[in-house]
Amino acid sequence: MSATTQSPTAVDSRTPSKAQRLLGDRRLPVAVTALLFLVMYAGGLARYQYYGFAEPQVFLNLFIDNSYLLVAAVGVTFVILSGGIDLSVGSVIGFTTMLTAWLVERVGLPLLVVIPIALAVGAFGGFLMGYVIHNFEIQPFIVTLAGLFLFRGLCLVISKESISISDPGVSDMAQAQVSLGMGFLSIGAVVSLVVLAVAFYVLHYTRFGRRVYAIGGNEQSALLMGLPQGGTKIAVYTVSGFCSALAGLLFTLYIQSGDPLHATGMELDAIAAVVIGGTLLTGGSGYVLGTLFGVLVLGLIKSLIQFEGTLSSWWTKIATGVLLCAFILIQRLMTTRKKA
Amino acid sequence: MSTPSVTTPSRWRALTHHHLFWPVAVLVFLLLVNVPFTPDFFSVKMTGGHLYGSLVSIVLFGSPLILVAVGMTVVIATGGIDLSVGAVVAITGALACSYISHQADQNALGGVLLAMGLGLLAGVACGLWNGFLVARMGIQPIIATLIIMVAGRGVAQLITDGQIITIDSDPYKLIGGGYWLTLPFSIFVVAAVVAVTVVLTRRTALGLLIESVGGNAEASRLVGIRSRRIKIMVYVFCALCAAIAGLMISSNTSAADGNNAGLWIELDAILAVVIGGTSLLGGRFSIGGTVVGALVIQTLTTTIYTIGVPTQTNLVFKAAVVIVVCLLQSPKFRAKVFGARFGGRFGGRSGAKGGAKPAATGADAAASTDTAAKMEVS
Repeated sequence: MSATTQSPTAVDSRTPSKAQRLLGDRRLPVAVTALLFLVMYAGGLARYQYYGFAEPQVFLNLFIDNSYLLVAAVGVTFVILSGGIDLSVGSVIGFTTMLTAWLVERVGLPLLVVIPIALAVGAFGGFLMGYVIHNFEIQPFIVTLAGLFLFRGLCLVISKESISISDPGVSDMAQAQVSLGMGFLSIGAVVSLVVLAVAFYVLHYTRFGRRVYAIGGNEQSALLMGLPQGGTKIAVYTVSGFCSALAGLLFTLYIQSGDPLHATGMELDAIAAVVIGGTLLTGGSGYVLGTLFGVLVLGLIKSLIQFEGTLSSWWTKIATGVLLCAFILIQRLMTTRKKA
Repeated sequence: MSTPSVTTPSRWRALTHHHLFWPVAVLVFLLLVNVPFTPDFFSVKMTGGHLYGSLVSIVLFGSPLILVAVGMTVVIATGGIDLSVGAVVAITGALACSYISHQADQNALGGVLLAMGLGLLAGVACGLWNGFLVARMGIQPIIATLIIMVAGRGVAQLITDGQIITIDSDPYKLIGGGYWLTLPFSIFVVAAVVAVTVVLTRRTALGLLIESVGGNAEASRLVGIRSRRIKIMVYVFCALCAAIAGLMISSNTSAADGNNAGLWIELDAILAVVIGGTSLLGGRFSIGGTVVGALVIQTLTTTIYTIGVPTQTNLVFKAAVVIVVCLLQSPKFRAKVFGARFGGRFGGRSGAKGGAKPAATGADAAASTDTAAKMEVS
């Protein structure tokens, strides 16, 4: 619809005012999120300056404590950019923690064998969902909902109780620190930043990335242009499944156990991070860097609540909901302006 | 297909083509599976003036789900979806229970009614907010209702202060755990809500209006239907149903748990709606199908308990059911897997004309791809 009403030469025929141009800029939501992060961080500095909030390690801990969320959110960014949605993220993470813990502890496989297995299982799960979504034209929402049930159920089939990992290799890896001079990062945080960089490159500098944007922008047009739509769709869900499995591995490292109830509802956190990061939920517009800021904002809310001390954990949920609402309304405002 | 002059097959066909045939068949099958494991599965005993039995308990434990699913059906019929019902269940229960727990006399009828009123009002407020976001702001339903889904649990925990509030109130206990005329009271509540919904949607033009909004909101607006108002109305109705379910759940356990009350109920409700044959694309719905769908899910849970399959596989079963039902509903899948004839026949059930064509294989294949194409466009 929008493609037919929006004339491509609008920029030449009339020069929009500065405010309109600003509102129409695709980078605006990302800038708003980045600004929000800075304001929140500065607020935290002002309020808790005597409690050690200014230490660089507090900032770096944001990356360490949210590494798994960042990886999962990067996967979800691909899916949402292509105009779909993935609800199975949390369950795949939970299943990966369980599978890893079970393979390492009960079966006794070395970690180097377990990691590829876990990643392959996650990617294969995503591939299957993408295959069903594309080939049988069932809504992504309902297919990934089935995925949510399936993987959570498989967790419970492996074991009802949590399995703690006592393998020395795992705890060594979990405690390894990468020094940055003023502080340190964990291996998980480094991996998540690498994933972010790769995703940035893929989305903005490769053919596959362009196809993802094209399909999300207008599936019909993409089809008419002759883009290999099916392959791209399936690939997007495979990427998401792979990222979820990787997030599950990072979560296992972070928490050093597998539990059938790990990461319940994390798909909502991931979707919230992507939306707060400025990606349009209708697909086709957004930046993976925005997702980084979305995750950082969510992480900062958590650490501010910890520093405050008197606030209870459920304020995190309420704050997330309020932010989500605000950003959805901003998005709405932007898209209506663009159409006018 | 056979000629229409032969009566038995055509009656059979009319039966199998009825939109409730497959959901009811699944339900009956699931009920029968129980018989070899518990021979007295269908018996209903009278003990102490109350009726007891597996069938009664399936309806009793399934009643919150039926309520939520009926509300969800109407929302899905307009082409929307409501993810916030679980959070609404939690908020309602938390509000009602915390109000009652602050009363000096927890058994006072006035206080209990006021508490229930407060809970329902909160539910309606959530529904209005969802409807406002979807109809006025034009935000996708999945996302608009995601806000309350995320924030609502936080609000519920805020109300209960993160505790599980337990209460001791006999009048409140009646809604979810009490008996009336030998049957669980909640069955009557569910029956009343379902009856009112069916009468409103099938005896008045409301059902038609809802379906037309689901079919094409813009076209119905141009025809003169106030599609925005109808959309807001269905979200309020859905939230109200969820609120009643919330009262029921908290009353059954005499406790409000902001964290776990109604957890995943939105997914079960959507599943019930899908099993009941309502298309997720909107535009047509079946309340009866949804009730059967909700009973199927509850029976599935009960069956898993009785036949001694480990309960943790419950979720895997549910996933399998979702996948199978969705695949059967997908025209492309039917055309591919069952071949042309089945594709046509099922297509006929869902409103397209594929099944009526003559049975030449080539023509039938064309018909079924035709059906698939039609479904895609709509």
